[in-house]
Amino acid sequence: MTELGRFKVLDAKPVNLDGFSVANPELGLVAMHSPHDPSPSLIIRGGEVVELDGKSAADFDVIDEFIARYGLDLDVAQEAMALDEVALARMAVDINVPRAEVVRLIGGTTPAKLARVMAVLTPVEMQMAMAKMRARRTPSNQAHVTNQLDDPLLIAADAASAVAYGFREVETTVPVLGDAPSNAVALLIGSQVGIPGAMAQCSIEEALELRLGLRGLTSYAETISLYGTEQVFVDGDDTPFSKAILTSAYASRGLKMRVTSGGGAEVLMGAAERCSILYLESRCVSLARALGSQGVQNGGIDGVGVVASVPEGMKELLAENLMVMMRDLESCAGNDNLISESDIRRSAHTLPVLLAGADFIFSGFGSIPRYDNAFALSNFNSDDMDDFLVLQRDWAVDGGLRTVSPEHLEKVRRRAATAVAAVYRDLGLADYTDDRIDEVVVANGSRDIPPGDPKAVAEAATAIEAKQLTVFDVIASLKRTGYDEEAESIMRLTKERLRGDQLQTSAIFDENFHVLSKITDPNDYTGPASGYALTAERRAEIDGIRQERTATELVADQAEHRDHVTFTDVEPARQGSDPREVCIGLSPALGRTVWLSLCGLTVGEVLRQISAGLEEEGCVPRLVRIRSTIDVGLIGLTAARLSGSGIGIGLQGKGTALIHRRDLAPLANLELFSVAPLLTARMYRDLGRNAARHAKGMAPAPIFTGGTDESISARYHAHAVALVALERESCQPGEAPITVSVTR
Amino acid sequence: MTTEDQFTVENAVDGKLRLSDLRMDPATLAHQAAVAESGGNPQLAENFLRAAELATMDDEEVMGLYEALRPHRSSAEQLEALRVSLEGRGAMRCAELVGQAAVVYARRGLLR
Repeated sequence: MTELGRFKVLDAKPVNLDGFSVANPELGLVAMHSPHDPSPSLIIRGGEVVELDGKSAADFDVIDEFIARYGLDLDVAQEAMALDEVALARMAVDINVPRAEVVRLIGGTTPAKLARVMAVLTPVEMQMAMAKMRARRTPSNQAHVTNQLDDPLLIAADAASAVAYGFREVETTVPVLGDAPSNAVALLIGSQVGIPGAMAQCSIEEALELRLGLRGLTSYAETISLYGTEQVFVDGDDTPFSKAILTSAYASRGLKMRVTSGGGAEVLMGAAERCSILYLESRCVSLARALGSQGVQNGGIDGVGVVASVPEGMKELLAENLMVMMRDLESCAGNDNLISESDIRRSAHTLPVLLAGADFIFSGFGSIPRYDNAFALSNFNSDDMDDFLVLQRDWAVDGGLRTVSPEHLEKVRRRAATAVAAVYRDLGLADYTDDRIDEVVVANGSRDIPPGDPKAVAEAATAIEAKQLTVFDVIASLKRTGYDEEAESIMRLTKERLRGDQLQTSAIFDENFHVLSKITDPNDYTGPASGYALTAERRAEIDGIRQERTATELVADQAEHRDHVTFTDVEPARQGSDPREVCIGLSPALGRTVWLSLCGLTVGEVLRQISAGLEEEGCVPRLVRIRSTIDVGLIGLTAARLSGSGIGIGLQGKGTALIHRRDLAPLANLELFSVAPLLTARMYRDLGRNAARHAKGMAPAPIFTGGTDESISARYHAHAVALVALERESCQPGEAPITVSVTR
Repeated sequence: MTTEDQFTVENAVDGKLRLSDLRMDPATLAHQAAVAESGGNPQLAENFLRAAELATMDDEEVMGLYEALRPHRSSAEQLEALRVSLEGRGAMRCAELVGQAAVVYARRGLLR
């Protein structure tokens, strides 16, 4: 069969680079429900769980064991398990059921039960539930800050950029494990430049990460991985019991932590035990709560491609976030792995979370270029920043970010890179030149800077370890090298963390080191006109994107072309009698305040082309100023009625043009150029010729403009509106047409 | 014990702050546990109380405890010895956790 043209185009679309799997419960390749998922059950005897989701205590694996011991509110369990899943799902969505009541009941539900509750919700219901159930009132956002060279100056500059944009957590990792201490130090410094209080993380192997944290070089951790089956958990070299110690170890040094789960990992490891992705993730979330973790990162982590390959996959990812919220934990809502090659699909993944709100919309927005992301490409990356800022503005929702001017960005990047260079020199870690700083400041990413000495970072990291540098050494060095503000900020951060308020659920520091958490900033959404609302100040920040222009700014270029031709009033327009005459009706502002059409031709040039076209066909143009209307149809019709031939041309200042005939209805023209931005001098000349041919009683072939793939309305409508406003200003209702002459 | 007032840049420059100053005060963690409990999250409270026990240990001991609980690291005897030593120093919650782990590790084949 011959390939259909339509399919040829479809096959080349990015979405068809994505993999799609037939659901297969045997492999765990199924999103919301597998026939092998256990039925919810809970039997308690003598205050102990003796059966959990169909399994008796003697058969508990290490995950069941931990959930049964610590994860369930046994006082509520009987009541909660007796409610059917639809009843619980409705309570989650119902604005008349308080958040606290849902949290209380869900505390008594088993993993299989909560998964069943999720499975009856539609995506919109999940969003409704998220609006109510997320723990912190104010949404926030987290950034990935990494680069392929582990260049500390670039890490610092990018961390400073991230906090300038509004991220309140910044997370780094390494392509080369040995570099980690250097990355941690650079990130810590950069994250306190410009705006203090962002928390910083270095995500690496669990034991090394803990060691860096114990020395105060990081302030939170989130890569404490949980898995939904025992096999995968143990393959990850941990058990829930070791994770419990890890969880407490972080708290013992004042480090905020959350665990990471996220569906699909078990399928990737070939040990999903034939269960659905949702059920296994529900086990992870139950376990997170049981461990005493304050939060969970899930909903689009490393296994996201697996989840998105099956039916209902994206819905399952949203359910992951919601389960975390319903268990009253901080939701760091994933979106940190590129879900698709298709811009449409990846936007579709993030948008529901952005609209509903989460404690962190991304558990790693790639604040750096895609290629520099040492985690994996994020669902949104640095080249998507403008898109994200516009999305916030489009929906008037808070995704935690704000516009940054190039001048400010340069300033903070320079300060961060310079501070790190100074500290590295002061501590004997490395010597970076001023040229290197300059290169880093302007670089989009590591491909824009020379690789430098490949061993320098490793040596710096080794020295940090050899000296066992602590946060106090970094603070002292910043002070010695003249970076007092950053020294003070890091000391403040260290001091605040020892108070422990940031260990509570969903905690972040604001720019004044106030803790915003479930305790201090609880979500109070109870329906429309409640819960988080943008302050006027924040609204202005979201609205004020750098591309925004006033109508005055949009028409500023008109003045550059003022008086390039001169229009002179001749007389009140009279009815013409020459059968070769074609009147060109000019809109009210044309040649008064509007001088440049949307296609970039001046009005003088447009008129020259139209007139030339008329003359080539032996017709005579007459210019008539129509003052009483800005409607191009009426302008053309009025011109036609004044014209000796009965044919007229209507022309607006922005370039929209048409051919009219005196006996037609206003909207029924002969030929219309409606898409002014696409017009060319040639087309205006052809318009003149066709008008002349109509005047001579011929039937000319219509002018073919060829169509376009451009979003004309998106590109030009703001501009068109500003020009139309000028037309309206010049319009003089009731005033009669005037014949005018034009001179160059 | 370093008090909050001593966390100054000057003291860092003068080398007066040490690694052990980064440990939480167990009383602070007990307070945060009470906050978590009254906020409806007894598991978070339990974590903070467990952390209060770890706050009195130096970094290497904490790392050692974590390592001992990783899969296939410890025999039943080693876990029992660890449990007893934790109990002996008053780290009752950590001791209990180790005791529970020993039972389930034996059942699931996760001992050394």
